[in-house]
Amino acid sequence: MAAGRDEGAREAFLRGLKLGVPFGVVGFFLSASFGVLARQAGFSVAQAIVTAMIVFAGSAQFAALSVITVGGGIPAALTAGSLMNARFLAMGIALAPSLPGGPMKRAAQGQAVVDSSWALANRGDGTFDRWLLFGTTVPQYVTWTLGSVVGAIFGDALGDTHRLGLDAIYPVFFLSLLVAELRDGPSRWVAACGGLLALALVPISPPGVPILAASAVTLIGLVRRSR
Amino acid sequence: MTLTYTQVWVLIFGLAALTVLIKALGPVLLGGRELPPWFSRVIVLMAPALLSALVVTSVFATGRSWSVGAHTVGVGVAALMLWRRCSLVLSAVVAVLVTAGLRAI
Repeated sequence: MAAGRDEGAREAFLRGLKLGVPFGVVGFFLSASFGVLARQAGFSVAQAIVTAMIVFAGSAQFAALSVITVGGGIPAALTAGSLMNARFLAMGIALAPSLPGGPMKRAAQGQAVVDSSWALANRGDGTFDRWLLFGTTVPQYVTWTLGSVVGAIFGDALGDTHRLGLDAIYPVFFLSLLVAELRDGPSRWVAACGGLLALALVPISPPGVPILAASAVTLIGLVRRSR
Repeated sequence: MTLTYTQVWVLIFGLAALTVLIKALGPVLLGGRELPPWFSRVIVLMAPALLSALVVTSVFATGRSWSVGAHTVGVGVAALMLWRRCSLVLSAVVAVLVTAGLRAI
């Protein structure tokens, strides 16, 4: 029994590794553009790379960086970054029942969550394949680190990331995950309502809050009896 | 930027610590137990809601205002490609090229 479960785990992990590669490729360029922007904002090469390695959350990194670039302080930057990360609260709650072990072990496993691994490990029945999630995250962590190294060191040669259009990568990354999620009617409705709600909240709340607020539309799952 | 070298390190470690905390919270508080059926009906809808909000706010907004630009067109083209089942990497490359091309004009 235990051996059989391990075999399934190994297979899921390997499948995850494979699934993570395209996201890793795109993540490389995202992280490289972070490295370039961080250097321009006054980070040292080491600081830009360490940020990618220990924060490992693109939207939070970009949000915090944009705050200090316009002259904001540490509290404001930490708040912006954490608000962008707030969606991981929702993702962590969703994932929780699928993680075995004590609180510390579950907390450690929860660190493997990135948007793409969480979405791909979602079995669509409310449970998650944790080994697939771990596998999907691995190549992305490697390329995220490498990308920041390349961006931080060679950023000067690369020039203006805005002119190069690299800011278009970020939405496409999430769009590819979204397209895979629009399987049925309820998913499409929730995507449309969540997007509209987020957009409506943009002018009246700090960046990041509209995204967390969009998760509230999933409460429609309470009133719908079948999917 | 107005931060000193040391302050940047404080920011980096602070952000890393908060990220760890946020990612740990759900699994620690709600893990290791069976949750009721309504829970999973809500959970399956979480991904489309969060991902859609991420896409929409990064395409149609900058900071706290609505705005569109060359990247909106680039991402739009990529959206069509993804819908027609093109690969993520190819779609991202086209999005970048279209965006950069429009900005060069």
